[in-house]
Order: sequence, then structure tokens, then C-alpha cells
Amino acid sequence: MRVLTAFIKKEFWHVLRDRRSLTILLGLPVMMILIFGFALSNEVKNSSVAILDFAGDDVSAQIIHRLNSSQYFDITHRLRRFDDLESLFRQNQVRLGLVFPANLQDDLIGDGEGAIQIIGNAVDPNTTNTTIQYVSAIVADYQKELWQTQEIPYQIDVSYRMLYNPQLESAYTFVPGVMTLILMLLGTMMTSVSIVREKEMGTMEVLLVSPMRPILVIISKAIPYLVLCFVDVLIILLLAYTVLEMPLRGNLLLLLLMCILFVLTTLTLGLLVSTLVESQQVAMFLSLVGFFMPALIFGGYLFPIENMPEILQVISNAVPTRWFYNILKNIMIKGLGFEYIIKEAIILSGMTFLFLVIALKKFKIRLM
Amino acid sequence: MNNAISIKNIKKTYPKTGILALEDFSLEIADGELFGLIGPDGAGKTTLFRILTTLILPDFGTAKVAGFDIIKQLWDIRKIVGYMPGKFSLYQDLTVEENLRFFATVFNTSVEANYDLIEDIYVQLQPFKNRRAGKLSGGMKQKLALCCALIHQPRVLFLDEPTTGVDPVSRKEFWDMLDQLKRKGISILVSTPYMDEAARCDRIALLQKGQVLDVDTYEGILLKNQKPMLALRSAHMFKLLTDLRRFPATERCYSFGSVHHLVLKAGYPYRENELMDYLQNLGHEDIVCQKIKAEIEDVFIDLMSGVA
Repeated sequence: MRVLTAFIKKEFWHVLRDRRSLTILLGLPVMMILIFGFALSNEVKNSSVAILDFAGDDVSAQIIHRLNSSQYFDITHRLRRFDDLESLFRQNQVRLGLVFPANLQDDLIGDGEGAIQIIGNAVDPNTTNTTIQYVSAIVADYQKELWQTQEIPYQIDVSYRMLYNPQLESAYTFVPGVMTLILMLLGTMMTSVSIVREKEMGTMEVLLVSPMRPILVIISKAIPYLVLCFVDVLIILLLAYTVLEMPLRGNLLLLLLMCILFVLTTLTLGLLVSTLVESQQVAMFLSLVGFFMPALIFGGYLFPIENMPEILQVISNAVPTRWFYNILKNIMIKGLGFEYIIKEAIILSGMTFLFLVIALKKFKIRLM
Repeated sequence: MNNAISIKNIKKTYPKTGILALEDFSLEIADGELFGLIGPDGAGKTTLFRILTTLILPDFGTAKVAGFDIIKQLWDIRKIVGYMPGKFSLYQDLTVEENLRFFATVFNTSVEANYDLIEDIYVQLQPFKNRRAGKLSGGMKQKLALCCALIHQPRVLFLDEPTTGVDPVSRKEFWDMLDQLKRKGISILVSTPYMDEAARCDRIALLQKGQVLDVDTYEGILLKNQKPMLALRSAHMFKLLTDLRRFPATERCYSFGSVHHLVLKAGYPYRENELMDYLQNLGHEDIVCQKIKAEIEDVFIDLMSGVA
């Protein structure tokens, strides 16, 4: 026990004296949360729109007014000719073009049918799609009002309700995502590098010629990073709660316990890596390419797993981040209890145990 | 088991490179002995250290350290040996004191319990005890590494080239410390590429290409391997070397500091006049010729030629 505490103390010294890794450890989560929270967002605001108003009547004026007063659109250009619109698209000056045909109001009142053309720049298909939906919604809104003043007997009103995240705040998806990624990256990379560093510096040679048992080395390497990763979890949650105003719905204790479980998974994975490689560079490379990339791709927060080919879906089962992301979504966003994440918790525990056993088996009690 | 180290027919080849590091290597080192392994880089010294400290397994052969088998009784050995690798292997970002305390704890002891053993060395480190190990001078680093290797009162101490890259004054101090440790009953196996340090060991083994050339006391090795030798100098040293090598009675001739050492063929009737005439005829001037005794380097060069 005394040996263990001394070793853990030593590991803390290493971490705390290495300014660079400390900056990464504590700075990365803050940076990522702030970047995702303020700079990057799925919501499309202030899209520039060009208007080609051949109608020039009441209806077009109403719609344009509504667009302009929403925060999603800036009407930057009012055009006369169709060719001008094309040149604006070429210069990337507008995202959407809105064409109101002549006699819009007459058609609408006379035939009961009017058409508006929306032209989108599909170079960024997702963003453009979103903005088109915004326009449609605004137009539909206007249409509903028209119907109220006119007398139309039947109308089907589609009402929808977005569960758990009614405002579709992007923070709801990326906070769990960023948390998963950061813990995965720091957990595996920092621990693997820390053991391999002992090999590279030659200190492992001295440590081996001592009565110290492998299990003790492994445990004492893991504990400081467990603490630091837990600090990261707290930082992320605090930032999400205060700065991004994201509610924490589920049981906080359960959430923290699950975070610790996942950190343990990543730490044991990092330890496993460190027993297999000989240089810090290889360890870092393996953590980044071997674990971080799959974590990103198969985590479920960038690309929906259901859309992947079956073989990739099978592979995604082996990626710990996928399960942890589910846990986070269930607890943080849906506010569910333990009974809904039992499967994920068991899988993560199993992985942790497996990594630990292999790491212990592979830990060399000799140099070669 | 009155031998500190007993090595029998050890063979080691590195699988990746195929390099034969030790070949049928046997050696006995008595309890309480200060034993030196002398040999150039690549002679197999570090490999031998790593096998004896249970860091690597030999392909063949057995060895015992303080009576414990290096393969089967690995954990017994790891408790009672002190090992200082050739490369500085302490935590550079920890201070002198932190390093020492850490290694004491790893061996389940404390600095205080064994302070008497390291006191003489540690007093020199005391002024720097809060300095990070990475910022110490070469000599200080070696002293700290020695302290860390000694902190658990090992019965056998392994020092792999402890004085390489250390200034001459620190080297002398270091050997003085080893003398003191020997007096405290610790068996010491030390390797060095410096021949002059051989004189400070009880016995030495000359190593070359994974084999023992000779094992004896320093004086014994010198005495055994004496051959008639001359040290020569003239105005044109390079021409002198080539000319001497052509001299019929020459077995070997090589530069040695500011002179050339000439080993004469055994049984060849040597007359000084004959050599002088030979050299003067070749136009050499200011010739100085002196009979000398072989030093350890000469012996080593002589023994090495037998292996190659």
C-alpha cells in the first residue's frame, strides 16, 4: 500500500510538472466545449438570401417581410433579372434565391394556387436543406393565416413536437459527443504514453529490477489519469450547465458513476496499448488513428449507425464510445435511470475487464 | 554458495538482429569481491548485466546471483540486487530527494533506515536535493543513481559503465566510493571501457566479442601476458610506424599516445643495434627507443588479436 501511494504520488508529479500535457488535459475540454458551443453549430443563422420579386404584390411583400424579420435570414440582394441570381451563386454571395412569379396574388386568389421557387446552393447540401426548411415553414405559416381569413372548409394541421430537445439545441448532441471523444482521447493516449515513456527513458529497466509487481505499476499508472479525466468530466458538465445552459436531466450521481466506468475503459485500453508498443510516437499514433478515428466514426454522434452497411454496424459494437454515447444521451438528455442503460454498462464493464486482463498478461516482467 | 555470482555457459543471441552477444560465457565472482568487466563497446557487457539482473533470458546456460537462479528465482534476485544501467535511468522531472525516496519505497524501505550506507555519497548531493535530476551534472547524476541503487542495502551491486562520460576527478571519486562499499561487504560487478580503472578492481575479466579473454587480478594479467616490448619515437612518426611493421622481428606495432609500441616476436634474437641500423638506413632521425613493460591496454590488444 505504501508502495502504491508513493508510486501514485510520483505519477502525479510527472503529470503536474509536464506543463504541456497538463495544458492538453485541462485545456482541451474547455476549448472544445467553447468552440462547439459558440463557433460551431448546426443551426443556420443569418443566411443571405437574394429576392427576385416579379410579383411585387401584397403576398410577396408579406412573405419577404416575414423572412426578413426572422433571425435565420438576411435579405442581401433584391434582383431584377434571373441572370443576376446565377452570378450571385457563382460568387458564393447568397445561400438561397427566392423567386416570386408575376401575378402571384392573382393566382392565389383566383385559382387558389400560387407557386414560389426556392433556389438553393447545394454545395453544402445539409445547410441548404435546413434553410429551405426554414423558408417552407415561414411560407406555411403565412399560408395558415391566409386560410383563417378565407373560408376553406377542410384543413389538415400537422403539429409536431420534438421530444427531449424542443428547441433542437445543438448543444444537446455535441456535449455528450465531445465528452465521449475527449475522454477516449485523453484516457488512451495519456496512459499509453506514460508507460511507454518509462520504457523509452530507461526507468522501466530500473523499475523491473525491483520487487515491484506488474499489477502495481499498472494500477498506479491508471489512478492519476482517472482523477484527471474525472476533473475533465466535471469541467465539461460545469461548462455545459453554466455557459451553454444545458439542463442536466438525469441523476447526476449515476452520470458521474458511468463517466468513471468509461474512463476506466479508456485507461485500461491505454495500458493495453502501452504494453504492446515500444515508443511514445507509436503509442500516440495508435491512440489517435487506432482508437480516436473509430471512436469518431462509430460513436454515433457524427453518422447514424443505423445508416451504415451491416458489416460496419457489427464493427461499431466493438467501439466503446458507441455505448458510452448511448449512456450519456439516455441520462443527460432523456433523464432516464439506470434500468435503461444496464446493457451498455455491462458491455463497458466487460470491455474494461478484458483490456485489463490482456494488459496484465502482456505486461513484460523482463525487457524482452 | 559462497560465490556472489556464478555464470555457467551462458549464450545469448538477439533474435531480431542475429547478433551473438555472449558465447559460452562462464565466470565466478566471489562474495565481497569488486569485480571489473573490461572491454570495448559491443563486447557483451550490458547483455551480461541484463541477464544477471533478470531483465533478459539467456538462450542457453545458467547463472546464479547470491545463490538464486536468474530464471526461476527472479523475484528473490530483484529484492537483493542493486542495478545502475549504463544510461542514466532516473526520473529527470523528479528532484534528487524525490527520486531517492521513491526508489526506497519501491524496495519497501526508507531513506532513513539505510542512510548510513549512502551517507558519504549523499552528503555531496545534499546541497542539490531540491534540484530536478535532469538538471544535475554528469558526475552528480552518477552519484544519485548510485544512491538509488544502494538505498535498499543490496547484497550484489551491478554497475554498467558508471563512469562513462564522467570527468576524471569524478571518476576517481566514484571508485573511492566503490572501495568503501566493498568494505561494507557488498559484492560489486562493474563494467568499464577505461582500462586504467581495471587497476582498482580485485579481479578483472577482459571481454571481447562475447567471450572472456582472461580472468585474473590486474597484476596477474599483466604478469602473465608480458612480452618483450619497445616504445619508439622519431621525427617522422607515420613513416616510422609503417617501417617498423616491415621489420622482420616485429610481431605487432601500433601507435600508443605519442609513441609507437612494438611487440617483438617471441624467440627472435633481438639486438638493439640491428633495429637502429634498420631504421637509420631508412632515413629516420632523432630515434628514441626504450624497453617497456606491457600495460593493460597492450595486454588487451595482444589478447584481442587472438580472438580476431
